Amino acid sequence: MIKHIVTPLSKEVVESLSCGDSVTLTGYIYTARDAAHKRLCGLIEAGKELPFDIKDQVIFFAGPAPAKPRRPIGSVGPTTSYRMDAYSPLLIRNGLAGMIGKGSRGAAVVDAMKDCEAVYFCAIGGCAALLAKCVKSSETVCYEDLGTEAVRKLYVEDMPLTVAIDCRGDDIYQKGKKDYLDTIKEKQDGLR
Amino acid sequence: MREIDSSVIERTVERLCIKANCVLPDDVRTCIERAAKAEPYEPARVILRQIIENYKIAEEESVPICQDTGAACVFLEIGQDVHVNGSIEEAVNRGVAAGYTKGYLRASMVADPLTRVNTGDDTPAFIYYDLVPGDRIKITVAPKGYGSENMSRIKMLKPSDGVEGIIDFVMETVLKAGPNPCPPIVVGVGIGGNFDKAALMAKKALLRPLDQPPADDIYGELEQKLLEMINSTGMGPQGFGGRTYALAVNIEHCATHIAGLPAAVNINCHVTRHCSEVL
Repeated sequence: MIKHIVTPLSKEVVESLSCGDSVTLTGYIYTARDAAHKRLCGLIEAGKELPFDIKDQVIFFAGPAPAKPRRPIGSVGPTTSYRMDAYSPLLIRNGLAGMIGKGSRGAAVVDAMKDCEAVYFCAIGGCAALLAKCVKSSETVCYEDLGTEAVRKLYVEDMPLTVAIDCRGDDIYQKGKKDYLDTIKEKQDGLR
Repeated sequence: MREIDSSVIERTVERLCIKANCVLPDDVRTCIERAAKAEPYEPARVILRQIIENYKIAEEESVPICQDTGAACVFLEIGQDVHVNGSIEEAVNRGVAAGYTKGYLRASMVADPLTRVNTGDDTPAFIYYDLVPGDRIKITVAPKGYGSENMSRIKMLKPSDGVEGIIDFVMETVLKAGPNPCPPIVVGVGIGGNFDKAALMAKKALLRPLDQPPADDIYGELEQKLLEMINSTGMGPQGFGGRTYALAVNIEHCATHIAGLPAAVNINCHVTRHCSEVL
């Protein structure tokens, strides 16, 4: 069953999500990747205000391709999340509720997610033409000088995601592999 | 001696950059579609079907398959009986700049690894030159994403480590990569040579068509053995569980020193892009 969720993410929604859930997400999300994360965390560390309010918001680790004429955005999909591991805990502890990326996360990120009730979603890496169809509008919020790495506010409709790590720290990379290997073993045992 | 103007190289590179990023090669499609049919785990099949839908949309709408349109790797096989008027390097870079700009492809290169300012047109390309007999020039453009590039490794093994040492190193590399390089992946392996030659062979191994039968030798056997071992880990597409973690293992090998057994693994994602033209 697919759960439909909207941003900003309430605590109730975050708590209701479990690793492995398929969800579709609708609402505003913000793109940020390596260079933008460095600047955002630099501002927090310097005690300055962020260019957008991250409370209960979702950051999409992504740098889109340029938009063709009359399109809101070019192809856009998740970049590998572990490169943001150095920055995500600080953002989570300052109110960020969700992240969209691909791949595994470090222990410090998962700890912050458990402490502050945040969720980590995965979109399918390399499916950027498909994911771009969910993006209905895009505007640059800040860091235009970074090109594709600028922070953009996207309005997405029914973006297909999987809950990869939930706010209890359960992880699809362990669960999915185990489920599959158990399934295979059952089939093999059945044949014996 | 045959003469080719560098502007011909420029226009060819421009065209190849756009095509490579928007149209997945047939051999990769065949491999993904075969894997989707053979995949025993339904959640993994769902992912593979989305991957197939994605590259179909990209081709129909002429948009990039992946937003990471890569570092432009340009392989030139230059016949020794051809003379190029003008700078080849400049022509390739002008072609990449034009292709990435006109094709709405993402500019992903920074001019300096530490100061990190984007060059704005995906230049400079990584250019690989081979001198070959004849008077033709073969140009291959293979945009390489860095989600998978970052998971690549090299190791200087000892001769006594043998084939078991190679297997352990490839498996360790793949298990470390886990869900990060956008599986299902293609595993390029270079065995032998020296430090840099091993890495180059691993990269060139990724250009080899995926739908060919394995060679009838120890390397063909090793490719099949490694593919089976990798797909038995249970990591599956995207690392969410399943059989299809790798589409293929391609090994290139060459002579090496009596003291050495270098091995390199260059990982590519399911968007294994390459296309060529012969001038």
